[in-house]
Amino acid sequence: MKMTTPHKLVALIFAFGLMAGCSSTGDTMDQDGMEDGSGSETTSGQQGGSTVFGGDDGSGVSSSEMTDQQRREAEARAERAQEQAMREITTFYFDFDTSEIKQEARDVLVAHARFLQANPGQNVRIEGHADERGTKEYNLALGERRANAVQRFLVVNGAARGQTETVSYGEEKPAMMGSSESAWSQNRRVELMFQ
Amino acid sequence: MTNRFNLSRNRLLTLVFVMMSLLATPAVGNELLIRITEGADSAIPISVVPFSESGQMPAEEKVSRIIQNNLQMSGEFNPLPPEQMLSLPSEGSEVFFRDWRLLGQRYVLVGQVRNEGGTLQAQYELYDVSQEKRLVGATASAPASASRSLAHHISDRVYEAVTGVPGAFSTRLAYVTLERRADGPLYRLQVSDVDGKRARIRLESAEPILSPAWSPDGKKLAYVSFETGKPAIYVHELASGERQRVADFSGLNSAPAWSEDGGSLLMTLSKDGNAEIYRMNLANGDLKRLTNHWSIDTEPTYDHTGRGFFFTSDRSGGPQIYHKASDGAEPRRITFGSRYNARPRTDSTGDYVYYVHQREGAFNIARTNLKTGNETVLTRTESDESPSLSPNGRMLIYATESGQGSVLTVISAEGGAAYSLPASRGEVRDPAWSPIVR
Repeated sequence: MKMTTPHKLVALIFAFGLMAGCSSTGDTMDQDGMEDGSGSETTSGQQGGSTVFGGDDGSGVSSSEMTDQQRREAEARAERAQEQAMREITTFYFDFDTSEIKQEARDVLVAHARFLQANPGQNVRIEGHADERGTKEYNLALGERRANAVQRFLVVNGAARGQTETVSYGEEKPAMMGSSESAWSQNRRVELMFQ
Repeated sequence: MTNRFNLSRNRLLTLVFVMMSLLATPAVGNELLIRITEGADSAIPISVVPFSESGQMPAEEKVSRIIQNNLQMSGEFNPLPPEQMLSLPSEGSEVFFRDWRLLGQRYVLVGQVRNEGGTLQAQYELYDVSQEKRLVGATASAPASASRSLAHHISDRVYEAVTGVPGAFSTRLAYVTLERRADGPLYRLQVSDVDGKRARIRLESAEPILSPAWSPDGKKLAYVSFETGKPAIYVHELASGERQRVADFSGLNSAPAWSEDGGSLLMTLSKDGNAEIYRMNLANGDLKRLTNHWSIDTEPTYDHTGRGFFFTSDRSGGPQIYHKASDGAEPRRITFGSRYNARPRTDSTGDYVYYVHQREGAFNIARTNLKTGNETVLTRTESDESPSLSPNGRMLIYATESGQGSVLTVISAEGGAAYSLPASRGEVRDPAWSPIVR
C-alpha cells in the first residue's frame, strides 16, 4: 500500500520534528531512512526507537532536503545561541569625556537590536552614566550623549525608536565606588534595562 | 513613548512618592560640623568681648561667642581669645583703649543681652582702637529662640563697618546630603545657616537631587530631582513647602538658574535633540531657546548685568566656559588655560568668573579676571566641584573629596582656606549660597 501525498508530508514533518529534537543522532536516522527507502514497499512503524518510513522516488529527494534544512536550522540555532549569549552583556563602557561606542560593543549591540526587532513588544531603557570627574551637570549631559549614541545604534540596526527610552544619571549612580581609574572606567557606561 | 512605558512610569511614580517624603514642615537636619582649616595671614585683630547677660539666656551658644566664630570663619578677622583679654567691658565707658592697643587689637566689640519676656534685646558698640572712635552703636532684638539670628545680624553690622562690604552671616546655604544606606541611597535637600547650624531637611528622596539654586528673594529653591525616574526641574517655596514641577520634557531637564527678577529660569533641556540652554518664563511656561549647537551646552548662569549669561560648552572639543552678552549675541569663549573648564559662577561686580578647572588630572576651582583674562587656581585639593559665591563676593563655597566622601569647604574669594563643613553623616555636595535678604 502506497502512502498518499498528505500522509508522506505528515511523516516528513514528524521526522523533522524528531531530528530537531536530537540533532546528534540525525545522521543515523537519515541512514535508517535511506535503508528503509530502498524497499519498494513501504512499511511504516517503529524500529528500535526510530520512526521508520518508506516511500518511492520522492523520498530520496526529501532526504536530501532534510540535510540542508537541518544544517540551516543548526546554523540558525548556533547563531541564536551566540546572540543570546551576547545579549547577556548589557553594559557598555566609554573613554573619558567621549560617547563613542567601542568596537567590541558593536556586535553585542547589533544582537540587542535584532532581538528588539524580532520582539516588538519588548522595550528597553537606556541608562547613561559618567565617572565622578568633572562637573555634575556636564556629566549629566555626557551621560545622555552616551545613552543617545547607543539608542541611535540600536535604531539603525533594526530596533524601533518607540521601544527605546533614554535617561542619564550623570555621575550619580556609580557602578563601583572609589576614585581610581579602575573605578572610573567601570562607571563611564551605558546600561540596557529590558522591561 | 509607548503606553507600556506610561504604565510602568505611573507605577514607579506612585512608588517613589510613597518612599519620598516632601517636607512642608521641615525636619531637623543633620548639622554640619565645622572644621577651621586655615586662617588668613592678613586677618584683622578684633576683640569680641563676651556680652554681659541678664535674664534667662537660651541654652544655645552665647551670642558674643557666635559673633566671634563668625568673624573667625570669614578668614578676614583674627578674634582674640577672651581669656587673653585684660578686662571684659560691656559698654563704651568701660573701654580703655590703651589696654587694647597693648594687645595689638584694631577693633573692640562690647555689648549686653537681656531677656525681656522671651525677647532678647541686644545693645552693642564697635570701637576703632587706634582712632579711639565708636564706629557702631546699635540695638537689635529677636525672639529668644532665634539667638543665632541675632548674633548673625550683629556680625553682619560689624563686618560691614570694618570692611565696607555687607556681611553674609545671616544668609543660608542649600546643599544635598547623601547617605549610602544598606537599603539604598538617601538624598536630602537641606538648608542651614552659613556656619552649618540650624539645618532643616526640605526634601528627601531615594533618587538623586541636584543643582539647588536660590531665587533672588531667597524664598524659593529651584533644583533637579530624579524622583520620577528621570530628571525634572522643580521650584520649591520654602515657607509653605509647596512646589511645582516646572520642566519635565523628554530627555534632560537640568541646571536651573534664576533671572535677576525671579520671573524666569535658565535651564538645560535636550527635548530638541541635545543639551541646549533655554529660558523659561515661570508665569506662563513659555520657552525661548538660547543656544543652538550640536555640542553639549549646559550650566548657564546669568552675568552681573542680568542680560547675558555664562555657560559650559564642548563645542571646541572639551568643556570650556563661554559668554553670551545677550540672547542674540555670538558666544565668546572665556577659558583657554586647560582642556576642562566648566560650571561657571560669577560675582555681582562682573570682574571674575569662577569655575571648575582641570589641570594635570586634578579638578580645582579657578577664576578668570574678565578684564585681563588672567586665570588663577584658587584651591589645592583634587576633586573640587560646584563653586558658589557668597552674595557679598568675599567668600566661595565648593564641594571637595575628603577621606569620608564629599565635604563643603569655604574659602575667601582670593583663595585663602577658611573652613570646611563635613556632614555629620554621609556626604554633602552641591552647595548654593543664598542671596542677602534685607
